[in-house]
Amino acid sequence: MNKQRRRLLRLGLTAGLAGMAGAAGLAGRLYAAPAGGPRFLLVFLRGGYDSTNLLVPHASSFYYESRPTIAIAKPDPASNTGALALDGDWALAPAVRETVGALYAQRQAAFIPFAGTDDVSRSHFETQDSIEMGQGSAGVHDYRSGFLGRLSETLTGTDAGNGAIAFTDALPLAFEGALTVPNLSLKNVGKPSFDERQAKILRDMYAGHHLEAAVSSGLELRHDVALKMADEMTAANRNAINTKGFELEADRMGRLMRDKYRIGFVDVGGWDTHVGEGAAQGALAGNLASLGKGLQAFSQSLGAEWHDTVVVVVSEFGRTFRENGSHGTDHGHGTVYWVLGGSINGGRIVGAQQRVTQATLFQDRDFPVLNDYRAVLGGLFRSMWGLSPAQSAHVFPNAPVDLKLV
Amino acid sequence: MCRACAARAASRDLRHRSQRQPAPSAAVSRREDVILCILARNRQGDVVKLSSRAYQSLRSGIGTLGAGLAVAAVVGVTLVGCAAPGASGTRISTGGGTGTPPLPVLRREDMLWLERVTFGLNSAGVAEYRRLGRERFLDAQLRADGQALPPAVAAEIAALGVAHADPQRDLAAVNAQYKTLNALADGPDKEQARKTLNEQGNNLAYEAVRRDVLRAVYSPAQLQEQMVWFWLNHFSVFQHKERLRWLVGDYEERAIRPHVFGRFKDLVMATLEHPAMLQYLDNVQNTAGHINENYARELMELHTLGVNGGYSQQDVQNLARVLTGAGVNAGDAPHLKPEWQRLYLRRGAFEFNPARHDFGPKALLGHPITGRGFDEVDAAVTLIVRQPACARFISRQLATYFVADTPPPVLIERMAQTFLHTDGDIAAVLRTMFLAKEFQAALGGKFKDPMRFVVSSVRFAYDGRTINNTRPIINWLNGLGEGSYNHQTPDGYPLTEVNWASSGQMSRRFEIARAIGAGNAGLFDPEDGTAATATGFPQLSNRLYFEAVEPTLAARTRDALTRANSQQEWNTFLLSSPEFGYE
Repeated sequence: MNKQRRRLLRLGLTAGLAGMAGAAGLAGRLYAAPAGGPRFLLVFLRGGYDSTNLLVPHASSFYYESRPTIAIAKPDPASNTGALALDGDWALAPAVRETVGALYAQRQAAFIPFAGTDDVSRSHFETQDSIEMGQGSAGVHDYRSGFLGRLSETLTGTDAGNGAIAFTDALPLAFEGALTVPNLSLKNVGKPSFDERQAKILRDMYAGHHLEAAVSSGLELRHDVALKMADEMTAANRNAINTKGFELEADRMGRLMRDKYRIGFVDVGGWDTHVGEGAAQGALAGNLASLGKGLQAFSQSLGAEWHDTVVVVVSEFGRTFRENGSHGTDHGHGTVYWVLGGSINGGRIVGAQQRVTQATLFQDRDFPVLNDYRAVLGGLFRSMWGLSPAQSAHVFPNAPVDLKLV
Repeated sequence: MCRACAARAASRDLRHRSQRQPAPSAAVSRREDVILCILARNRQGDVVKLSSRAYQSLRSGIGTLGAGLAVAAVVGVTLVGCAAPGASGTRISTGGGTGTPPLPVLRREDMLWLERVTFGLNSAGVAEYRRLGRERFLDAQLRADGQALPPAVAAEIAALGVAHADPQRDLAAVNAQYKTLNALADGPDKEQARKTLNEQGNNLAYEAVRRDVLRAVYSPAQLQEQMVWFWLNHFSVFQHKERLRWLVGDYEERAIRPHVFGRFKDLVMATLEHPAMLQYLDNVQNTAGHINENYARELMELHTLGVNGGYSQQDVQNLARVLTGAGVNAGDAPHLKPEWQRLYLRRGAFEFNPARHDFGPKALLGHPITGRGFDEVDAAVTLIVRQPACARFISRQLATYFVADTPPPVLIERMAQTFLHTDGDIAAVLRTMFLAKEFQAALGGKFKDPMRFVVSSVRFAYDGRTINNTRPIINWLNGLGEGSYNHQTPDGYPLTEVNWASSGQMSRRFEIARAIGAGNAGLFDPEDGTAATATGFPQLSNRLYFEAVEPTLAARTRDALTRANSQQEWNTFLLSSPEFGYE
């Protein structure tokens, strides 16, 4: 199954190229992409989420010593609500047991611990920016070039290259680059500001102007989103009326990516838990539960296309292994990435690992980074779209590592 | 019926203004001080005066466009006139019965020139340009003296807490508050203290942005305001790092504003000595033996020489060593050895601490620098700003902002020569630029960045009338991604069209055009929550429109305007048009 699916994911590129040959001249225009073809969503948890209370090293006594008030209790085989044991070393936070845990059981979710970047500033902004730029860590940076932007450039002419979208208020640095990528937050989707007659007048005003494509695609995106979301409240097959927050947003994202978009980006805030982060319940657990529900909703609203989709959840850094004096955690280094998708080779803890002891901590403070995000994502992109070495190198300077996820 | 309007309208080809001009808005018609002129055109195209009965019918049908159009249809005319809203009628003479002879109509190129030198046209700016002519207008702008803010705006700014900011006092206070906070036991009290402190910082930074916006919209010293924006962006700092929310207002006021037309070196030194910059680019952590290169690199790459400005990694490291010891101290002076005491410097919260300085010999850009304390910094900055690469880089940045996304190299070179000959006299460089034929040739082709788009829209729509609430404007700027002090990375916001004309940006821009054109957008709801001072929507088909904008419109835009079903729509389309989007 996975082998066959991998082939399908790779074939997506070729099919996309052939299908889009005629539309290459419509750079910047939106169109209904053909069914099939790989989809990728990057979820950026801004603030540095405490990955150690998501993927719990339950075999480590050092974990329980280090977190006297915020540790998550060891999995109890008799419990349906405690931490979910994933293997002998790791367990999943109960907050996502029903959502991401269920996906993991279906081999549709995997985790990469000891993941991150070589930036050790432990600064939110610097690390977020350097991750989004995805360039070499030393020397001069091009502040106008993000790795998803370069991925889109690499795939220009395919439905993936032309089907990029940021579900954010402002275009994230990750998407900056030579192409114009549309952006629209789906948190609040109101009626479009312009009816069809007004939109036509605005479009006509720019006919023949070099901004014509940007103007029509901008208006069209608003219109499409409004139209697509119109049935939200009456959707019969889902409990849509009760969904809110990120779950609702993710459901909308899934529907847009099902029909039209191939590379998406969204960010979720609120992870900077210096104070009172809680354990099995509490602030972090609440955020994780909401995220898990959202990712589940996203997978469901994609329908059959979920099997051609890969979601990666990242954050700028992990947090201190030990709890601080305020029942929270401070800025750390290595973190845990999540990989989800209908046909991924999941149900595993992936990538280079080491035992969790005081001796293996980075600077006696936090997790080391053994899996550089550029190598991991680069390997994933190479497998998904069959990128050549030159194309891979355009996206990330690091050599890709194949974790056999797709 | 005003004669000046009639004469002007009659002198023009009215073909393009025959759109169904809607009735003046309710808000406008209720005001007694409004100068309202209704021109009309009969089927033969002659400008006619509406009968008083038709005019009264129009007034009584105000707010219902259909009624106004019906009246127009009955009298067999199409309305083509103008209604200047609110205070614009009282601020400028429209010639409506005042007896003053109409001044010469400005040429299109004058209007475009004026639009680029300012944050957008308003009646007062046009009147001033007419009075002085181009060169004298420019020189007055470059002097930026005697151009006072309207009293109401000046009073509003003076009442802001940020108007009385003092970095040393404020930093000392906030440091003490954080110390108290950190000593508190976890619990609701600590959370409340944290929240209070956060709100204090947010409020100060918000006030700084609010002051920015008020000055950009209302200051007659428009070029000064554009230059404050430009240099703030060039020496960009980010409010959400360390204690910068308590510092950004003062940074603008004392490091940037006094030097916008002065000597470039003074501007560099003023930013270098400001706690906001020292914190933002980590020079507070740059000490002998523990070099932090962050500021040294950006000082050359972003502030002076440009990325390929002829310096090496070795120069970066050596400049970082020169900068060791330049930091921030809001508390007591350190205890120093006697031989260091004479080298210790303190200006407000800026400190040069010789105990943290690397006194070893250095070489910068091929020149030796002997270790001697803060004098090294002065020598290094002097050396850097006198490099031809600096003159070219600064000239190119200025020309990219004011002239074109890709400015003509010959113009950059001429500006750079002025820069070198005058030892970095910014006003002289600007004069070279604004009076160049290359500048003239580039007019009308520069895409307005969000700041210019939003501010020019408000200036045009409300034309000198004082708004009560800047929050909508700040929200629009943040929504378009160009909020003040909000750029995380030190490179500042981009200056070229490609970064601001994405599909998402364009549709958002149209929505802002609609918010401004179709209502008052909350601009007249006072920030203290008291009752709104005005309702309704602005009247954009005013005198300024007919003088300055209408002649520049392309056929497609004229066509779009004729298809508007209401004044609100007409306003929206005008502000959304390519002609309004470029300057």
